[in-house]
Amino acid sequence: LILLACGSFNPITNMHMRLFELARDHLHQTGQYQVIEGIVSPVNDDYGKKGLVSAGHRIAMAKLALETSDWIRVDPWESEQETWTETVKVLRRYVVRGVRREEILGIMNSMVYTEPLQNSGIITGMFLSRKKKTNLENLSFSLVFPVLPELKLLCGADFLQTFRTPNLWKEEHIKEIVEKFGLVCVSRAGSDPAQYIRESDLLAEFQHNIFLVKEWIQNEISATQIRYALCRGLSVKYLIPDSVISYIAHHNIYTEESERKNEGDLLQPLKLH
Amino acid sequence: MKSRIPLILLACGSFNPITNMHMRLFELARDHLHQTGRYQVIEGIVSPVNDDYGKKGLVSAGHRIAMAKLALETSDWIRVDPWESEQETWTETVKVLRHHYNEALRLFWSKKELMENKRSTERSTGGSLSYQHSVLPELKLLCGADFLQTFRTPNLWKEEHIKEIVEKFGLVCVSRAGSDPAQYIRESDLLAEFQHNIFLVKEWIQNEISATQIRYALCRGLSVKYLIPDSVISYIAHHNIYTEESERKNEGDLLQPLKLHNITVNPLND
Repeated sequence: LILLACGSFNPITNMHMRLFELARDHLHQTGQYQVIEGIVSPVNDDYGKKGLVSAGHRIAMAKLALETSDWIRVDPWESEQETWTETVKVLRRYVVRGVRREEILGIMNSMVYTEPLQNSGIITGMFLSRKKKTNLENLSFSLVFPVLPELKLLCGADFLQTFRTPNLWKEEHIKEIVEKFGLVCVSRAGSDPAQYIRESDLLAEFQHNIFLVKEWIQNEISATQIRYALCRGLSVKYLIPDSVISYIAHHNIYTEESERKNEGDLLQPLKLH
Repeated sequence: MKSRIPLILLACGSFNPITNMHMRLFELARDHLHQTGRYQVIEGIVSPVNDDYGKKGLVSAGHRIAMAKLALETSDWIRVDPWESEQETWTETVKVLRHHYNEALRLFWSKKELMENKRSTERSTGGSLSYQHSVLPELKLLCGADFLQTFRTPNLWKEEHIKEIVEKFGLVCVSRAGSDPAQYIRESDLLAEFQHNIFLVKEWIQNEISATQIRYALCRGLSVKYLIPDSVISYIAHHNIYTEESERKNEGDLLQPLKLHNITVNPLND
Protein backbone atom coordinates (compact mmCIF):
# COMPACT_ATOMS: atom_id res chain seq x y z
CA LEU A 1 0.00 0.00 0.00
CA ILE A 2 1.16 3.48 -0.88
CA LEU A 3 -0.07 6.49 1.10
CA LEU A 4 -0.41 9.79 -0.73
CA ALA A 5 -0.99 13.07 1.09
CA CYS A 6 -2.00 16.17 -0.81
CA GLY A 7 -1.96 19.58 0.81
CA SER A 8 -0.33 22.97 1.00
CA PHE A 9 2.55 21.90 3.26
CA ASN A 10 3.05 25.55 3.92
CA PRO A 11 5.25 24.65 5.73
CA ILE A 12 5.43 20.93 6.41
CA THR A 13 5.15 20.25 10.16
CA ASN A 14 5.84 17.38 12.55
CA MET A 15 2.11 16.73 12.59
CA HIS A 16 2.01 16.11 8.84
CA MET A 17 4.67 13.48 9.22
CA ARG A 18 2.89 12.01 12.24
CA LEU A 19 -0.15 11.35 10.06
CA PHE A 20 1.94 9.03 7.94
CA GLU A 21 3.38 7.19 10.93
CA LEU A 22 -0.05 6.77 12.54
CA ALA A 23 -1.65 5.60 9.32
CA ARG A 24 1.08 3.07 8.73
CA ASP A 25 0.80 1.63 12.24
CA HIS A 26 -2.97 1.38 11.89
CA LEU A 27 -2.92 -0.32 8.50
CA HIS A 28 -0.26 -2.79 9.61
CA GLN A 29 -2.39 -3.71 12.59
CA THR A 30 -5.30 -4.68 10.32
CA GLY A 31 -3.07 -7.50 9.16
CA GLN A 32 -4.23 -6.83 5.62
CA TYR A 33 -1.66 -4.30 4.41
CA GLN A 34 2.03 -3.61 4.10
CA VAL A 35 2.67 0.08 3.72
CA ILE A 36 5.58 0.34 1.31
CA GLU A 37 5.76 4.06 0.64
CA GLY A 38 4.51 7.48 1.70
CA ILE A 39 4.30 10.38 -0.71
CA VAL A 40 3.96 14.06 0.17
CA SER A 41 2.51 15.99 -2.75
CA PRO A 42 2.53 19.76 -2.17
CA VAL A 43 -0.17 21.65 -4.07
CA ASN A 44 0.52 23.77 -7.13
CA ASP A 45 1.09 27.53 -6.64
CA ASP A 46 -1.89 28.03 -8.93
CA TYR A 47 -4.20 26.79 -6.17
CA GLY A 48 -4.43 30.37 -5.00
CA LYS A 49 -4.58 29.88 -1.25
CA LYS A 50 -3.85 32.89 0.89
CA GLY A 51 -0.28 32.96 2.14
CA LEU A 52 0.88 30.10 -0.10
CA VAL A 53 4.60 30.52 -0.71
CA SER A 54 6.29 29.27 -3.85
CA ALA A 55 6.32 25.54 -4.52
CA GLY A 56 10.10 25.58 -4.86
CA HIS A 57 10.38 26.47 -1.18
CA ARG A 58 7.65 24.13 -0.03
CA ILE A 59 9.27 21.22 -1.84
CA ALA A 60 12.71 22.10 -0.45
CA MET A 61 11.37 22.27 3.11
CA ALA A 62 9.57 18.96 2.76
CA LYS A 63 12.76 17.37 1.45
CA LEU A 64 14.67 18.60 4.46
CA ALA A 65 11.98 17.45 6.84
CA LEU A 66 11.84 13.98 5.31
CA GLU A 67 15.58 13.41 5.27
CA THR A 68 15.33 11.22 8.33
CA SER A 69 12.47 9.13 6.99
CA ASP A 70 13.25 5.89 5.25
CA TRP A 71 9.85 5.46 3.64
CA ILE A 72 8.25 8.87 3.08
CA ARG A 73 9.32 11.12 0.23
CA VAL A 74 8.15 14.31 -1.44
CA ASP A 75 7.05 14.31 -5.09
CA PRO A 76 7.12 17.61 -6.98
CA TRP A 77 4.99 16.42 -9.89
CA GLU A 78 1.76 18.11 -8.81
CA SER A 79 3.52 21.40 -8.09
CA GLU A 80 5.33 21.29 -11.45
CA GLN A 81 2.20 21.11 -13.59
CA GLU A 82 1.20 24.25 -15.44
CA THR A 83 -1.98 24.70 -13.47
CA TRP A 84 -3.66 23.37 -10.36
CA THR A 85 -4.50 19.67 -10.72
CA GLU A 86 -7.56 18.02 -9.27
CA THR A 87 -6.73 15.54 -6.52
CA VAL A 88 -8.21 12.60 -8.38
CA LYS A 89 -5.82 13.27 -11.26
CA VAL A 90 -2.87 13.25 -8.90
CA LEU A 91 -4.03 9.87 -7.59
CA ARG A 92 -4.48 8.58 -11.14
CA ARG A 93 -0.97 9.62 -12.06
CA TYR A 94 0.55 7.22 -9.54
CA VAL A 95 -1.54 4.40 -10.89
CA VAL A 96 -0.53 5.37 -14.39
CA ARG A 97 3.08 5.18 -13.32
CA GLY A 98 2.19 1.65 -12.38
CA VAL A 99 1.83 1.03 -16.04
CA ARG A 100 5.31 -0.16 -15.44
CA ARG A 101 3.57 -3.09 -13.87
CA GLU A 102 1.86 -3.81 -17.17
CA GLU A 103 5.23 -3.52 -18.81
CA ILE A 104 6.48 -6.13 -16.44
CA LEU A 105 3.60 -8.37 -17.26
CA GLY A 106 4.60 -8.21 -20.86
CA ILE A 107 8.32 -7.94 -20.49
CA MET A 108 9.85 -10.19 -17.91
CA ASN A 109 13.42 -10.02 -19.00
CA SER A 110 14.76 -6.97 -17.35
CA MET A 111 13.39 -4.74 -14.70
CA VAL A 112 14.61 -1.47 -13.39
CA TYR A 113 12.76 0.06 -10.51
CA THR A 114 13.11 3.54 -9.16
CA GLU A 115 13.05 4.31 -5.46
CA PRO A 116 9.33 4.02 -4.67
CA LEU A 117 9.33 0.27 -4.21
CA GLN A 118 12.83 -0.09 -2.85
CA ASN A 119 11.73 -0.04 0.72
CA SER A 120 8.70 -2.23 0.41
CA GLY A 121 8.34 -5.24 2.64
CA ILE A 122 7.37 -8.47 0.99
CA ILE A 123 7.74 -7.09 -2.49
CA THR A 124 11.26 -5.65 -2.12
CA GLY A 125 12.95 -8.94 -2.03
CA MET A 126 11.62 -9.64 -5.46
CA PHE A 127 12.67 -6.37 -6.97
CA LEU A 128 16.00 -5.07 -8.00
CA SER A 129 17.79 -1.90 -7.18
CA ARG A 130 18.26 0.78 -9.78
CA LYS A 131 21.80 -0.30 -10.27
CA LYS A 132 21.29 -3.91 -11.08
CA LYS A 133 19.46 -5.65 -13.87
CA THR A 134 18.86 -9.35 -13.84
CA ASN A 135 17.44 -11.71 -16.32
CA LEU A 136 14.12 -12.82 -14.90
CA GLU A 137 12.93 -15.10 -17.69
CA ASN A 138 13.05 -18.04 -15.43
CA LEU A 139 10.99 -16.55 -12.65
CA SER A 140 7.26 -17.05 -12.65
CA PHE A 141 5.09 -13.98 -12.46
CA SER A 142 3.65 -14.82 -9.08
CA LEU A 143 7.12 -14.76 -7.54
CA VAL A 144 7.99 -11.49 -9.16
CA PHE A 145 4.84 -9.58 -8.39
CA PRO A 146 2.68 -11.23 -5.77
CA VAL A 147 0.29 -8.34 -5.18
CA LEU A 148 -0.36 -5.10 -7.00
CA PRO A 149 0.14 -2.13 -4.66
CA GLU A 150 -2.90 -0.06 -3.70
CA LEU A 151 -2.79 3.68 -3.46
CA LYS A 152 -4.79 5.49 -0.82
CA LEU A 153 -5.29 9.13 -0.02
CA LEU A 154 -4.07 10.08 3.44
CA CYS A 155 -5.85 12.97 5.08
CA GLY A 156 -7.08 14.59 8.26
CA ALA A 157 -10.67 14.53 9.45
CA ASP A 158 -11.31 18.07 8.28
CA PHE A 159 -10.52 16.94 4.77
CA LEU A 160 -13.60 14.71 4.68
CA GLN A 161 -15.75 17.68 5.49
CA THR A 162 -14.45 19.70 2.56
CA PHE A 163 -16.45 17.33 0.36
CA ARG A 164 -19.44 19.37 1.52
CA THR A 165 -18.06 22.75 0.42
CA PRO A 166 -20.11 23.79 -2.62
CA ASN A 167 -18.20 23.68 -5.90
CA LEU A 168 -14.96 22.57 -4.33
CA TRP A 169 -15.27 18.96 -5.52
CA LYS A 170 -16.90 17.27 -8.46
CA GLU A 171 -19.28 14.50 -7.33
CA GLU A 172 -17.79 11.97 -9.71
CA HIS A 173 -14.32 12.72 -8.40
CA ILE A 174 -15.30 12.07 -4.80
CA LYS A 175 -16.82 8.79 -5.97
CA GLU A 176 -13.68 7.78 -7.83
CA ILE A 177 -11.49 8.64 -4.87
CA VAL A 178 -13.42 6.54 -2.37
CA GLU A 179 -14.29 3.74 -4.75
CA LYS A 180 -11.17 3.21 -6.84
CA PHE A 181 -8.55 4.37 -4.37
CA GLY A 182 -9.71 4.75 -0.78
CA LEU A 183 -9.14 7.11 2.09
CA VAL A 184 -7.07 6.85 5.22
CA CYS A 185 -8.45 9.50 7.49
CA VAL A 186 -6.66 10.47 10.70
CA SER A 187 -8.75 12.24 13.27
CA ARG A 188 -8.21 13.68 16.68
CA ALA A 189 -9.94 12.40 19.78
CA GLY A 190 -13.24 14.21 20.07
CA SER A 191 -14.04 14.54 16.42
CA ASP A 192 -16.24 11.90 14.84
CA PRO A 193 -15.66 11.32 11.14
CA ALA A 194 -17.71 8.11 11.29
CA GLN A 195 -20.75 10.28 11.89
CA TYR A 196 -20.00 12.39 8.88
CA ILE A 197 -19.58 9.29 6.73
CA ARG A 198 -22.97 7.98 7.82
CA GLU A 199 -24.59 11.26 6.85
CA SER A 200 -23.27 11.09 3.31
CA ASP A 201 -24.81 8.46 1.01
CA LEU A 202 -21.79 8.43 -1.20
CA LEU A 203 -19.28 7.94 1.60
CA ALA A 204 -21.48 5.43 3.40
CA GLU A 205 -21.58 3.27 0.29
CA PHE A 206 -17.81 2.98 0.22
CA GLN A 207 -17.11 3.07 3.92
CA HIS A 208 -15.29 -0.24 3.67
CA ASN A 209 -12.68 1.68 1.75
CA ILE A 210 -12.40 4.52 4.26
CA PHE A 211 -10.01 3.76 7.08
CA LEU A 212 -10.48 5.80 10.25
CA VAL A 213 -7.35 6.23 12.33
CA LYS A 214 -7.49 7.70 15.80
CA GLU A 215 -4.77 10.14 16.69
CA TRP A 216 -3.99 9.18 20.25
CA ILE A 217 -1.81 12.20 20.89
CA GLN A 218 -3.33 15.65 21.08
CA ASN A 219 -1.02 17.04 18.49
CA GLU A 220 -2.42 19.68 16.25
CA ILE A 221 0.33 21.70 14.80
CA SER A 222 -1.48 23.97 12.39
CA ALA A 223 0.76 25.32 9.64
CA THR A 224 -1.22 28.55 9.81
CA GLN A 225 -0.24 29.00 13.43
CA ILE A 226 3.34 28.15 12.57
CA ARG A 227 3.40 30.92 9.97
CA TYR A 228 1.79 33.29 12.45
CA ALA A 229 4.51 32.54 14.98
CA LEU A 230 7.30 32.90 12.44
CA CYS A 231 6.04 36.31 11.35
CA ARG A 232 6.18 37.46 14.95
CA GLY A 233 9.57 36.00 15.75
CA LEU A 234 8.15 33.39 18.12
CA SER A 235 9.79 30.01 18.46
CA VAL A 236 8.55 26.99 16.51
CA LYS A 237 11.36 24.70 17.61
CA TYR A 238 10.18 21.12 18.25
CA LEU A 239 7.08 21.72 16.11
CA ILE A 240 8.81 21.56 12.79
CA PRO A 241 12.26 20.09 12.08
CA ASP A 242 15.31 22.24 12.84
CA SER A 243 16.46 21.97 9.23
CA VAL A 244 13.20 23.53 8.08
CA ILE A 245 13.48 26.32 10.65
CA SER A 246 16.98 27.14 9.36
CA TYR A 247 15.80 27.08 5.78
CA ILE A 248 12.93 29.45 6.53
CA ALA A 249 15.22 31.85 8.37
CA HIS A 250 17.87 31.73 5.67
CA HIS A 251 15.45 32.47 2.85
CA ASN A 252 13.17 34.72 4.93
CA ILE A 253 10.16 32.89 3.57
CA TYR A 254 7.32 33.73 5.93
CA THR A 255 6.68 37.41 6.37
CA GLU A 256 3.69 39.72 6.63
CA GLU A 257 4.03 40.14 2.90
CA SER A 258 3.97 36.43 2.12
CA GLU A 259 0.85 36.06 4.26
CA ARG A 260 -0.95 38.59 2.08
CA LYS A 261 -0.30 36.65 -1.13
CA ASN A 262 -3.49 35.63 -2.97
CA GLU A 263 -5.50 37.67 -0.47
CA GLY A 264 -9.08 38.01 -1.64
CA ASP A 265 -8.63 35.54 -4.48
CA LEU A 266 -10.89 32.58 -5.05
CA LEU A 267 -9.34 29.14 -4.79
CA GLN A 268 -8.67 27.67 -8.20
CA PRO A 269 -11.12 24.73 -7.92
CA LEU A 270 -13.87 27.19 -7.04
CA LYS A 271 -13.00 29.24 -10.10
CA LEU A 272 -13.11 26.18 -12.34
CA HIS A 273 -16.29 24.68 -10.99
CA MET B 1 16.55 52.34 30.11
CA LYS B 2 15.88 49.74 32.74
CA SER B 3 17.90 46.57 32.41
CA ARG B 4 16.11 43.31 31.93
CA ILE B 5 16.29 40.86 34.78
CA PRO B 6 18.28 37.74 33.86
CA LEU B 7 16.02 34.76 34.38
CA ILE B 8 16.64 31.03 34.65
CA LEU B 9 13.83 28.55 34.04
CA LEU B 10 13.92 25.27 35.94
CA ALA B 11 11.65 22.36 35.07
CA CYS B 12 11.32 19.42 37.44
CA GLY B 13 9.63 16.21 36.39
CA SER B 14 10.04 12.58 35.51
CA PHE B 15 11.12 13.15 31.90
CA ASN B 16 10.32 9.54 31.35
CA PRO B 17 11.12 10.06 28.51
CA ILE B 18 11.68 13.70 27.59
CA THR B 19 9.37 14.71 24.72
CA ASN B 20 9.10 17.52 22.19
CA MET B 21 6.36 18.97 24.34
CA HIS B 22 8.66 19.33 27.36
CA MET B 23 11.06 21.31 25.25
CA ARG B 24 8.22 23.38 23.79
CA LEU B 25 7.32 24.52 27.29
CA PHE B 26 10.71 26.18 27.57
CA GLU B 27 10.44 27.86 24.20
CA LEU B 28 6.94 29.16 24.93
CA ALA B 29 7.91 30.41 28.37
CA ARG B 30 10.93 32.22 27.01
CA ASP B 31 8.94 33.95 24.26
CA HIS B 32 6.31 35.01 26.80
CA LEU B 33 8.76 36.38 29.35
CA HIS B 34 10.69 38.27 26.70
CA GLN B 35 7.49 39.88 25.54
CA THR B 36 6.84 41.30 29.03
CA GLY B 37 9.90 43.45 28.38
CA ARG B 38 11.15 42.83 31.90
CA TYR B 39 13.14 39.64 31.58
CA GLN B 40 16.00 38.16 29.64
CA VAL B 41 15.86 34.38 29.83
CA ILE B 42 19.49 33.30 30.05
CA GLU B 43 19.14 29.59 30.74
CA GLY B 44 16.79 26.63 30.89
CA ILE B 45 17.41 23.66 33.16
CA VAL B 46 15.80 20.24 32.92
CA SER B 47 16.02 18.47 36.28
CA PRO B 48 14.87 14.84 36.10
CA VAL B 49 13.49 13.46 39.36
CA ASN B 50 15.40 11.04 41.58
CA ASP B 51 14.70 7.30 41.12
CA ASP B 52 13.67 7.31 44.76
CA TYR B 53 10.50 9.23 43.85
CA GLY B 54 8.86 5.87 43.32
CA LYS B 55 6.60 6.67 40.40
CA LYS B 56 5.18 3.74 38.47
CA GLY B 57 7.17 2.96 35.35
CA LEU B 58 10.06 5.30 36.22
CA VAL B 59 13.19 4.03 34.52
CA SER B 60 16.65 4.63 35.93
CA ALA B 61 17.90 8.21 36.16
CA GLY B 62 21.00 7.30 34.16
CA HIS B 63 18.82 6.63 31.12
CA ARG B 64 16.55 9.60 31.66
CA ILE B 65 19.53 11.95 31.91
CA ALA B 66 21.14 10.44 28.80
CA MET B 67 17.94 10.82 26.79
CA ALA B 68 17.49 14.42 27.89
CA LYS B 69 21.08 15.18 26.90
CA LEU B 70 20.49 13.76 23.43
CA ALA B 71 17.24 15.66 23.08
CA LEU B 72 18.82 18.95 24.11
CA GLU B 73 21.86 18.68 21.87
CA THR B 74 20.32 21.09 19.41
CA SER B 75 19.38 23.67 22.02
CA ASP B 76 21.75 26.51 22.73
CA TRP B 77 20.18 27.56 26.02
CA ILE B 78 18.52 24.56 27.67
CA ARG B 79 20.56 21.95 29.47
CA VAL B 80 19.95 18.96 31.74
CA ASP B 81 21.25 18.96 35.29
CA PRO B 82 21.74 15.62 37.10
CA TRP B 83 22.08 17.07 40.62
CA GLU B 84 18.57 16.17 41.76
CA SER B 85 18.82 12.64 40.38
CA GLU B 86 22.22 12.12 41.97
CA GLN B 87 21.11 12.83 45.54
CA GLU B 88 20.78 9.87 47.84
CA THR B 89 17.04 10.23 48.19
CA TRP B 90 14.18 12.10 46.62
CA THR B 91 14.56 15.87 47.11
CA GLU B 92 11.69 18.26 47.68
CA THR B 93 11.21 20.66 44.79
CA VAL B 94 11.88 23.73 46.89
CA LYS B 95 15.31 22.35 47.77
CA VAL B 96 16.10 21.81 44.11
CA LEU B 97 15.14 25.42 43.45
CA ARG B 98 17.32 26.62 46.33
CA HIS B 99 20.29 24.61 45.07
CA HIS B 100 20.12 25.92 41.53
CA TYR B 101 19.51 29.46 42.69
CA ASN B 102 22.57 29.34 44.93
CA GLU B 103 24.60 28.03 42.04
CA ALA B 104 23.35 30.87 39.84
CA LEU B 105 24.25 33.42 42.49
CA ARG B 106 27.73 31.99 42.92
CA LEU B 107 28.27 32.26 39.20
CA PHE B 108 26.87 35.78 39.17
CA TRP B 109 29.18 37.02 41.92
CA SER B 110 32.28 35.37 40.51
CA LYS B 111 31.56 36.87 37.09
CA LYS B 112 30.99 40.28 38.66
CA GLU B 113 34.28 40.03 40.50
CA LEU B 114 36.02 39.14 37.26
CA MET B 115 34.45 42.11 35.47
CA GLU B 116 35.44 44.46 38.26
CA ASN B 117 39.00 43.25 38.26
CA LYS B 118 39.08 43.73 34.53
CA ARG B 119 37.63 47.21 34.84
CA SER B 120 40.19 48.29 37.44
CA THR B 121 42.95 47.03 35.16
CA GLU B 122 41.52 49.05 32.28
CA ARG B 123 41.26 52.11 34.47
CA SER B 124 44.90 51.95 35.46
CA THR B 125 46.01 51.58 31.86
CA GLY B 126 43.75 54.38 30.72
CA GLY B 127 41.29 52.12 28.94
CA SER B 128 37.67 53.11 28.43
CA LEU B 129 35.20 52.43 31.16
CA SER B 130 32.35 50.20 30.18
CA TYR B 131 29.52 50.62 32.58
CA GLN B 132 27.77 47.37 33.28
CA HIS B 133 24.59 47.53 35.19
CA SER B 134 24.49 44.05 36.60
CA VAL B 135 21.19 42.74 37.83
CA LEU B 136 20.75 39.77 40.12
CA PRO B 137 19.34 36.77 38.28
CA GLU B 138 16.02 35.19 39.18
CA LEU B 139 15.10 31.52 39.09
CA LYS B 140 11.56 30.42 38.32
CA LEU B 141 9.89 27.05 38.24
CA LEU B 142 8.54 26.14 34.82
CA CYS B 143 5.55 23.83 34.81
CA GLY B 144 2.32 22.79 33.10
CA ALA B 145 -1.14 23.73 34.30
CA ASP B 146 -1.71 20.35 35.89
CA PHE B 147 1.25 20.99 38.13
CA LEU B 148 -0.58 23.84 39.88
CA GLN B 149 -3.37 21.49 40.75
CA THR B 150 -1.07 19.03 42.46
CA PHE B 151 -0.77 21.62 45.22
CA ARG B 152 -4.21 20.39 46.25
CA THR B 153 -3.24 16.72 46.55
CA PRO B 154 -3.23 15.95 50.27
CA ASN B 155 0.21 15.36 51.74
CA LEU B 156 2.04 15.85 48.48
CA TRP B 157 3.30 19.34 49.34
CA LYS B 158 4.18 21.12 52.55
CA GLU B 159 2.32 24.44 52.85
CA GLU B 160 5.46 26.38 53.67
CA HIS B 161 7.17 24.98 50.59
CA ILE B 162 4.41 26.11 48.27
CA LYS B 163 4.68 29.54 49.85
CA GLU B 164 8.42 29.69 49.36
CA ILE B 165 8.13 28.57 45.75
CA VAL B 166 5.62 31.24 44.78
CA GLU B 167 7.01 33.98 46.96
CA LYS B 168 10.79 33.64 46.74
CA PHE B 169 11.07 32.09 43.28
CA GLY B 170 7.94 32.26 41.17
CA LEU B 171 6.11 30.03 38.72
CA VAL B 172 5.90 30.08 34.97
CA CYS B 173 2.88 27.98 34.18
CA VAL B 174 2.14 26.89 30.61
CA SER B 175 -1.39 25.82 29.93
CA ARG B 176 -3.35 24.57 26.99
CA ALA B 177 -6.26 26.42 25.47
CA GLY B 178 -9.38 25.39 27.36
CA SER B 179 -7.89 24.99 30.78
CA ASP B 180 -8.04 27.95 33.15
CA PRO B 181 -5.26 28.11 35.73
CA ALA B 182 -6.21 31.70 36.58
CA GLN B 183 -9.39 30.33 38.07
CA TYR B 184 -7.48 27.89 40.20
CA ILE B 185 -5.17 30.63 41.42
CA ARG B 186 -8.13 32.76 42.47
CA GLU B 187 -9.54 29.86 44.47
CA SER B 188 -6.37 29.47 46.50
CA ASP B 189 -5.59 32.18 49.04
CA LEU B 190 -1.91 31.37 49.01
CA LEU B 191 -1.57 31.49 45.23
CA ALA B 192 -3.77 34.54 44.91
CA GLU B 193 -1.51 36.45 47.28
CA PHE B 194 1.50 35.87 45.05
CA GLN B 195 -0.20 35.91 41.68
CA HIS B 196 2.11 38.71 40.55
CA ASN B 197 4.84 36.09 40.67
CA ILE B 198 2.90 33.47 38.73
CA PHE B 199 3.22 33.88 34.98
CA LEU B 200 0.50 32.23 32.91
CA VAL B 201 1.57 31.29 29.41
CA LYS B 202 -0.96 30.14 26.85
CA GLU B 203 0.07 27.23 24.70
CA TRP B 204 -1.26 28.24 21.29
CA ILE B 205 -0.62 24.86 19.73
CA GLN B 206 -2.69 21.88 20.76
CA ASN B 207 0.35 19.83 21.56
CA GLU B 208 0.03 17.39 24.40
CA ILE B 209 2.58 14.70 24.03
CA SER B 210 2.10 12.73 27.20
CA ALA B 211 5.18 10.70 28.15
CA THR B 212 2.83 8.02 29.44
CA GLN B 213 1.31 7.64 26.01
CA ILE B 214 4.76 7.59 24.49
CA ARG B 215 5.77 4.69 26.73
CA TYR B 216 2.50 2.93 25.89
CA ALA B 217 3.25 3.24 22.20
CA LEU B 218 6.83 2.09 22.58
CA CYS B 219 5.76 -1.03 24.46
CA ARG B 220 3.45 -1.91 21.59
CA GLY B 221 5.91 -1.19 18.80
CA LEU B 222 3.99 1.86 17.58
CA SER B 223 5.78 4.80 16.07
CA VAL B 224 6.68 7.87 18.14
CA LYS B 225 8.68 9.54 15.41
CA TYR B 226 8.20 13.33 15.32
CA LEU B 227 6.96 13.28 18.93
CA ILE B 228 10.32 12.81 20.54
CA PRO B 229 13.72 13.41 18.91
CA ASP B 230 15.15 10.70 16.65
CA SER B 231 18.25 10.44 18.81
CA VAL B 232 16.08 9.57 21.81
CA ILE B 233 14.14 6.98 19.81
CA SER B 234 17.41 5.31 18.80
CA TYR B 235 18.66 5.37 22.37
CA ILE B 236 15.48 3.76 23.65
CA ALA B 237 15.60 1.04 21.00
CA HIS B 238 19.28 0.38 21.58
CA HIS B 239 18.93 0.00 25.33
CA ASN B 240 15.45 -1.53 25.21
CA ILE B 241 14.36 0.81 27.95
CA TYR B 242 10.56 0.80 27.85
CA THR B 243 9.00 -2.61 28.16
CA GLU B 244 6.02 -4.16 29.91
CA GLU B 245 8.42 -4.91 32.72
CA SER B 246 9.67 -1.35 33.08
CA GLU B 247 6.07 -0.14 33.21
CA ARG B 248 5.42 -2.32 36.25
CA LYS B 249 8.28 -0.83 38.26
CA ASN B 250 7.15 0.73 41.55
CA GLU B 251 3.66 -0.61 40.93
CA GLY B 252 1.54 -0.24 44.03
CA ASP B 253 4.13 1.87 45.84
CA LEU B 254 3.40 5.21 47.41
CA LEU B 255 5.18 8.21 46.00
CA GLN B 256 8.08 9.26 48.20
CA PRO B 257 6.65 12.67 49.21
CA LEU B 258 3.45 10.97 50.34
CA LYS B 259 5.47 8.55 52.42
CA LEU B 260 7.42 11.36 54.05
CA HIS B 261 4.50 13.65 54.74
CA ASN B 262 2.26 10.89 56.01
CA ILE B 263 4.58 10.40 58.93
CA THR B 264 4.39 14.02 59.96
CA VAL B 265 0.65 14.37 59.42
CA ASN B 266 -0.44 11.37 61.48
CA PRO B 267 1.25 11.91 64.82
CA LEU B 268 -1.55 10.29 66.77
CA ASN B 269 -1.16 6.85 65.17
CA ASP B 270 0.06 4.37 67.71
